[in-house]
This record gives sequence, C-alpha cells and structure tokens, in this order.
Amino acid sequence: MTSIYGPVTDWEHDFDHADPEYNANVHQIWDDLLNKKQCPVAHTERYGGTWLPLTHEHVREIAYDTEHFTSRSVVVGTTKPSQFDPQPPPSPIGNAPPISSDPPFHAEARRLLLPAFSPKKIDPWASEIRRICHQLIDDMGDVQFVDAAQQYSQDIPVQVIARMLGFPVQDADKFRHFVHLVLESVNEDRETRLAKFMVFDEYLTHQINDHIANPRDDLTTYLLNAEIMGNKLSPEHVGGTIILLLVAGIDTTWSGIGSSLWHLATNAVDRRRLAENPDMIPTAVEEFLRAYAPVTMARLVRDDYDFHGYAMKEEDWVLLPFPAANRDPNVFHDPDTVVIDREENRHAAFGLGIHRCLGSNLARLEMNVAIEVFLERFPDFELDQSEEVTWSVGQVRGPRRLPVRITARS
Amino acid sequence: MRVHVDAQKCQGHSRCYALAPELFDIDDYGNAHELNDGVVPEGLEARARLAQANCPEFAIIIQE
Repeated sequence: MTSIYGPVTDWEHDFDHADPEYNANVHQIWDDLLNKKQCPVAHTERYGGTWLPLTHEHVREIAYDTEHFTSRSVVVGTTKPSQFDPQPPPSPIGNAPPISSDPPFHAEARRLLLPAFSPKKIDPWASEIRRICHQLIDDMGDVQFVDAAQQYSQDIPVQVIARMLGFPVQDADKFRHFVHLVLESVNEDRETRLAKFMVFDEYLTHQINDHIANPRDDLTTYLLNAEIMGNKLSPEHVGGTIILLLVAGIDTTWSGIGSSLWHLATNAVDRRRLAENPDMIPTAVEEFLRAYAPVTMARLVRDDYDFHGYAMKEEDWVLLPFPAANRDPNVFHDPDTVVIDREENRHAAFGLGIHRCLGSNLARLEMNVAIEVFLERFPDFELDQSEEVTWSVGQVRGPRRLPVRITARS
Repeated sequence: MRVHVDAQKCQGHSRCYALAPELFDIDDYGNAHELNDGVVPEGLEARARLAQANCPEFAIIIQE
C-alpha cells in the first residue's frame, strides 16, 4: 500500500489513523493526547480535514447528533463522497444503507434488516459456527506453531457471512481483498481505489443476478424481495447493503476474535481461568470488546459547526473512536486494566445511538464460540516470540498476524 | 422494585436480555422491553441492577 501522506510526527495537529503506528500504539497515543497534551479533540488536515474526539462524552454526543453530523460516508478516505461519485445517491440514503443513511430514511432501511440479525434469529447459527471453528483447527494439523489471526480468526466471519448471503464460500479471498481495499487502503490515490472497486462491483452484480435468476433462502434473495414503503429496493440499495454486510461483518469480527486471542496469548492467568471455567467466557468477551473494541466509526460535518469551541467545517471528517470512549475513566473504573470478570461494563464497542452495529448479536456469538473452541482444543498456548505480531491499519483495529505456540492440546 | 426500558433510548444492544432474561425480552427487531409490567421478583434485584449498569444507552430505569 502506498500512502499519499508521510509518517506522523505530531499526533495532536497532524494525526493519521491510517499510519501503521496508530493502531500498533493506539493506547499510548490516546493517553499522551489526553493526559500529556490536554488534548481531548485532535485534528489533522489530512483527508481534507479530520477530527478525533477522545472522551466518552464527546463521542457519545456526536453519535447521537444526526442533525450536525451525517453518516453519508463512514470510512475516512482521501476522497469525500461528493468527489467520489459525481452523482452520489442523495442523502439520506447513501452508498451502503442503512449505515450511510440519515433519518428519516435510515429507520426504514434498518428496520428491513433488524429481524434477520435479532438474537433469536442469530442464536441458531451457533452450531454451524462451532463446526467452522473445529474444522479450521482440524485443518491446522498437528503443528506446534499457528497464526491465530490468519489460520483461525479471519476465516470464521468470512465463512459465516458468505453462508448467510448465499455467496460461494470458496470466494472468501475475494471478500477479504475487497474489505482490505475499503478499510485499509484509504490513503491510496483515488484512481487506484476506483479501479479496484470496479472489479468487486462486477463480482457483486454477477452474484445478485444469479440470485434474481435462482432465488433461494438467503439474505440476498430476502433483500431482492424486500420492500420499503411499497417499493422494491433499487439494485443500488441491494448491492450497497450487501457491501455493508461484507465490510462490516468480516474485518470487525476477525479483529474482535484476534484481539481476544492476543490477550489470552499474552496473559497466562486469564488464559488459564477461561480454559478452566468456560462459563466465564461471555463476561470475558464483553471485557475484550471494551478493552479492544475493533471499530472506530466516522461522520461528516453537515454544515460549519462549532463543537465545544472546535471550528468544524462542512464536510470535515469526524472519527468516532468507540475504543477510546471505552477507556474513559469517567465511565469505567480502572479502564486501562483488562478485568475479565468485570460485572459493570457499559461499553460502546458496537456504537451508540441509531447506528448501533446491526450485526452485534452475530459478532458476539462468533467471538464467544471462537474463543470457547480455541481454548477447548488448545487449553494452553502463548505468543511465539520469534515472530512478530502485526496490527491492521485504519478504522478497524485487530491483529493481522498472531503467531502462537501451542503448548497443550486436547 | 420495578424496571422499565425507555423505548426511545433502547437501540437493541440486547445486554439486558442476555444478563436478565427473567426480566427482559426482545421483539423481532431486537428492541428490549420489560416483562411482567416491570415488577422484579424478589431475589432478582441484583440482576436488574446488573442489566441497568450494562446498558450502553442508559435506557433502563429502576424504581425502588
């Protein structure tokens, strides 16, 4: 990946969330900004002007304020939506409804998808997810060293969402490549990105046409038959929503599983407690979600706006780092310590307000099952110190290489 | 003790349903509501407080 921006030297006035140093050192960076520089809202001219609020109060206020902040685009990039497409879909629909939609259209587009992702619809997927996890571990063979990110975490959400959409499971690499393009190559130049988008667009059109010709019991057919206010969804709406489900469903959960396993690989006490007490896993997962929340969202400033003395300009980006909000000492006791049996945990890993992560029930289920199966099959493991852990770049944070040494198996 | 979910604030995080299914249920859209008119049976008060303390949207109200 070739960034059009140079390395960051000043995180207060020239930060870049897509600089590789950001995700690798993010807790230190937030801590320095908040406590050493007394800077609760950082700013950069990069990406055409971007803000980074860090407190729970500010992040929450912006998440709730759909009047001054639009969701028209939620991934900060070198290209703003008005430049990206000469004739962008009119607000409030956006490119990938409902995540890119504003009220009042947002509620209609979201209402369409909510039933498919409610706990009662998602819970039955547990046995299939468990089967996928066991299969991935079987496929590793009897080896001592595995990459828990590449050989395990990344494959679980991709396989689940492909099955839900009714796309070929063997196309998983295509999805991953596309997600990487959307989320990690944000600082590449516009032409390079557009050309890559076109390739995936063709693939998606092919899959949608195949579903039109051969309807089946899956989410794609459901979307093609769905209606909003008596009208079928436009092909752009269906395609945009599928893109949303792919992008939102893959890297995020991969990161959540990976960060949890990274924590366990580096914390022997927590690892043994969970291996011996699997009934503690659901509470531990909530703490992993708090401490290692993968997702930072974004908004665009609708019109020039004075946000607590910060002069935000029309079409400035505003990052919503829910992971930073989750470490605010005004909301969480001892926030920098990972307490796997933390009882009071009002974390915002899945966002706040009307855009609460639609797939949160699925993500939670995948994380719970993935960690349970990993600990069941590998009751003890540790970081492989001879290899390097690498972290993702951009708004979704998680380990992309997680070399571990298996020290016990069952 | 009584519990109540503020439907205007609830965004369907499902934490209350996961932590206290005796007190809360969710509809087809994933939004929560209290069971039994919100009356908390004796012995479940701590569960009600746990659900309240875990709601990201501060949507759960408890009347003692």
